Amino acid sequence: MLRSEAGATFWRFLLPVTFFAALLAVFGLGLNNDPTLVPSPLVGKAAPEFSLPRLDDSTQTLSRKDLLGKTSLVNVWGTWCSGCRQEHETLLALASDSGIPIFGINWKDDPQLAREWLTTLGNPYAAVGVDEDGRTAINWGVYGAPETFLIGPDGTVLYKHIAPMTLEVWKKEFLPRIATAGTGP
Amino acid sequence: MTDFRCGLIVGLVIALGPASGWAMDTDARLADPAQQEIYVRLTHEVRCLVCQNQTIADSNAPLAADLRREIRQMLEEGHSETDVTTFLLDRYGDFVLYKPRFKASTAALWLAPGLLLLMGGLGLGRIIQRRRGLPVPADDDEGPPAAAPGEPR
Repeated sequence: MLRSEAGATFWRFLLPVTFFAALLAVFGLGLNNDPTLVPSPLVGKAAPEFSLPRLDDSTQTLSRKDLLGKTSLVNVWGTWCSGCRQEHETLLALASDSGIPIFGINWKDDPQLAREWLTTLGNPYAAVGVDEDGRTAINWGVYGAPETFLIGPDGTVLYKHIAPMTLEVWKKEFLPRIATAGTGP
Repeated sequence: MTDFRCGLIVGLVIALGPASGWAMDTDARLADPAQQEIYVRLTHEVRCLVCQNQTIADSNAPLAADLRREIRQMLEEGHSETDVTTFLLDRYGDFVLYKPRFKASTAALWLAPGLLLLMGGLGLGRIIQRRRGLPVPADDDEGPPAAAPGEPR
């Protein structure tokens, strides 16, 4: 009698409460997820092939082989993108202090506006490729500028940051990975 | 009368508008009807990642237009539906599909509804079994039931 009463109490009270607590825990974890950050399936894989006309000289190209040999950043930007304006100072600082070259992909933009932007605000890029039709961006799985990829010396995508680059992000996410990968032979 | 007509028209637009589909995709149909069918199906299954909770068929975001163009081109080049899906998954991951593939990381998503239904069914079965044979209370609305619920039998 006592035994079955204890069993009934369990089924009536403890089970629903446990279930509810588990549900709350799941929802709590869900609240801390940012649904706008979609993990890139490219991380850990080879950077996609691409070949884009250069912004400064459209007879020349920027392609995947330009990234090889040393650790580099690939930054997807556009003059229409407010987050890109926001991170520009940081990119300039990284370009002058970090020793890591930054390659730009100018995404769905007017090349003339892009050139003016770099003249006015300063140019942090080692080279910029113009992706006017957005095809290269799709191959890189880009969905919202600014996005910054960390590329290893062998052309592997080591990390992708979605949102404006900041020094905090640089220190927390990029530097440790660069230390592991090395800056190149 | 005019007011009434205005109201009627507004009402009809509100009622019928969404039903007629506010797809942003105004591109020409594909030449091959079978390909067009795949195209429509795919664009309604692919998430627009900039404007989440819309499909790329519903969205007028530039990225959605680019992805529609890419899908259209792949189909015209003779690629299959699976090729297109793989192309998108390789670049954007599972989240890009409204109907994610079944694999270890999505198993909970697919199995949870069935499991919950099963648990609910078992619980319901238990309750029915326990109440089977209980005398029906004389008065449905008032008075305590003949046997207190939960009393072990």
